[in-house]
Amino acid sequence: MTHFPVEKIRLDFPILEEKIRNKPLVYLDNAASCQKPNAVIDTISHVYRHDYANVHRGVHTLSVRSTDKFENAREKIRAFINADSTKEIIFTKGATESINLVAQTYGKANLKPGDEILITAMEHHSNIVPWQMLCEQTGALLKVAPINQQGELIFTEFEKLLGDKTRLVAVVHMSNALGTINPVKKIIDLAHSRSIPVLLDGAQAIPHMAVDVQALDCDFYVFSGHKLYGPSGVGVLYGKQALLEAMPPYQGGGDMIRKVTFEETEYNSLPYKFEAGTPSIADVIGLGAAIDYLNDVGMDTIAAYEAELLDYATEKARQIKGLRIIGEAAEKGAILSFVLDRIHPHDIGTMLDSLGVAIRAGHHCAMPVMDFYEVPATARASFAMYNTQQEIDVLMNGIESLIEVFG
Amino acid sequence: MFDDLRDLYQEVIFDHNRNPRNFRVMDNADRKVEGFNPLCGDRLTLYLKMSGDVIEDASFQGSGCAISTASVSLMTEIIKGKTEAEAEALFKTFHEMTTGKDEAIQLEAVGKLAVLAGVREYPARVKCATLAWHTLDAALKNEQKSISTE
Ligand SMILES: Cc1ncc(COP(=O)(O)O)c(C=O)c1O
Repeated sequence: MTHFPVEKIRLDFPILEEKIRNKPLVYLDNAASCQKPNAVIDTISHVYRHDYANVHRGVHTLSVRSTDKFENAREKIRAFINADSTKEIIFTKGATESINLVAQTYGKANLKPGDEILITAMEHHSNIVPWQMLCEQTGALLKVAPINQQGELIFTEFEKLLGDKTRLVAVVHMSNALGTINPVKKIIDLAHSRSIPVLLDGAQAIPHMAVDVQALDCDFYVFSGHKLYGPSGVGVLYGKQALLEAMPPYQGGGDMIRKVTFEETEYNSLPYKFEAGTPSIADVIGLGAAIDYLNDVGMDTIAAYEAELLDYATEKARQIKGLRIIGEAAEKGAILSFVLDRIHPHDIGTMLDSLGVAIRAGHHCAMPVMDFYEVPATARASFAMYNTQQEIDVLMNGIESLIEVFG
Repeated sequence: MFDDLRDLYQEVIFDHNRNPRNFRVMDNADRKVEGFNPLCGDRLTLYLKMSGDVIEDASFQGSGCAISTASVSLMTEIIKGKTEAEAEALFKTFHEMTTGKDEAIQLEAVGKLAVLAGVREYPARVKCATLAWHTLDAALKNEQKSISTE
């Protein structure tokens, strides 16, 4: 095991001291949402105690202070994903809203009947449904590139589906249901060679690896704050400036305009054009604090530690008779999805909960993935930087015991 | 190891999960309704054979968790020979028992179904136990369609 100061890190996450059903909490539902360090909790509390006012609209001291902190968080996020400019960082409610924004602005403006949007068979519902809605509105068609039994994109099929009519590629960077990390650079290079823009759904990837949007050269990148150790209610849309400039606005309202008369409205410049209404101010600042925290630990250090956790868990899981891992891609993030012979994931979830272990049981908002594997649902343990090998032992012992109880 | 769960997972539930009763397709069914819980992907098909307003036979097919499988298995046993009105009354009592609205519920009134009373302490699992009964309710109302817990 490389040296990773996990015990020190755990002290930064106060919820990890909770007892669940009189047992120490073992929180393995990080892909659904992860826990918050003191740095984030305290920052949000500090904002409300000392710095809070609406942003971008007051001349008074607090409004200026609040605006400064808000815009400072935008700069932190820009640096974190290495975007070229803060104009390219749009605050949204989360990954879902970011995708809907692109569909309803870029998509509506650029898609015609018969045009195609290409996704993969491992997408989260939030990277399926907004495109289906757009297809209904525009007459465009949704194409789906298949996956293999390991849960990997079949690249040759993807390439075949990338046709003359494809106007947009929207692909998950890392799958929440399977853990698969897609070959996004290869996808982007191929799509760009045919002048097709690419949106990456980074909701799962961003907490687990360093992301450089310029190196990737993706056109859009979306993620949620709450899966990145930050608060819920805030997310990000990164878009290349030229694309964002050309896109019509999303919602109308305050902040997104420069000048309004009843005859005519002039839209604000980037990024404000896409930020109508009062944003989730303290949460944006809290997300900035999460990013400071992540930078202190180091994304590459986190990635290396989590890879060891996943290897450890995978090896242990393989030793359990009757356990089938769902998703065994060669490139995989810290997610272990599995099913047990004759034991439904919901029973697994309730039984493990009684041991203090929180996992997710269900379809993970990826029903097409469940259909592909012909399972109604899976149980999923997903790891974060504060998890330990001992916690994985508790999980695995729990699984072995519940198999025994079910008989 | 799972002592805390004894109220929820009673031996009867494991038994019905391992060996579900009336688990078969009924070719000559008068009523056939599908139940679906989108939250967990549980699906079941309920078959009823009626004789006047008496449920002469009941069976099911489908896959679900132990709670939902035991619930539908127990239900098919208990409703056989009951009139529609009796079955509806049982549904109502069962619903009250599992959602815990009536603390003073008479467990004797539901007979064997009392083993499912434990779900009231697990709000996330109540729908597992009630799916069978919502499906029955639809079948008795002769709604020939799929029903959903959501
Ligand atoms: C891969 C993926 N995309 C998108 C989302 C949607 O994120 P949110 O619900 O925060 O908008 C999720 C969340 O589960 C996800 O895992």
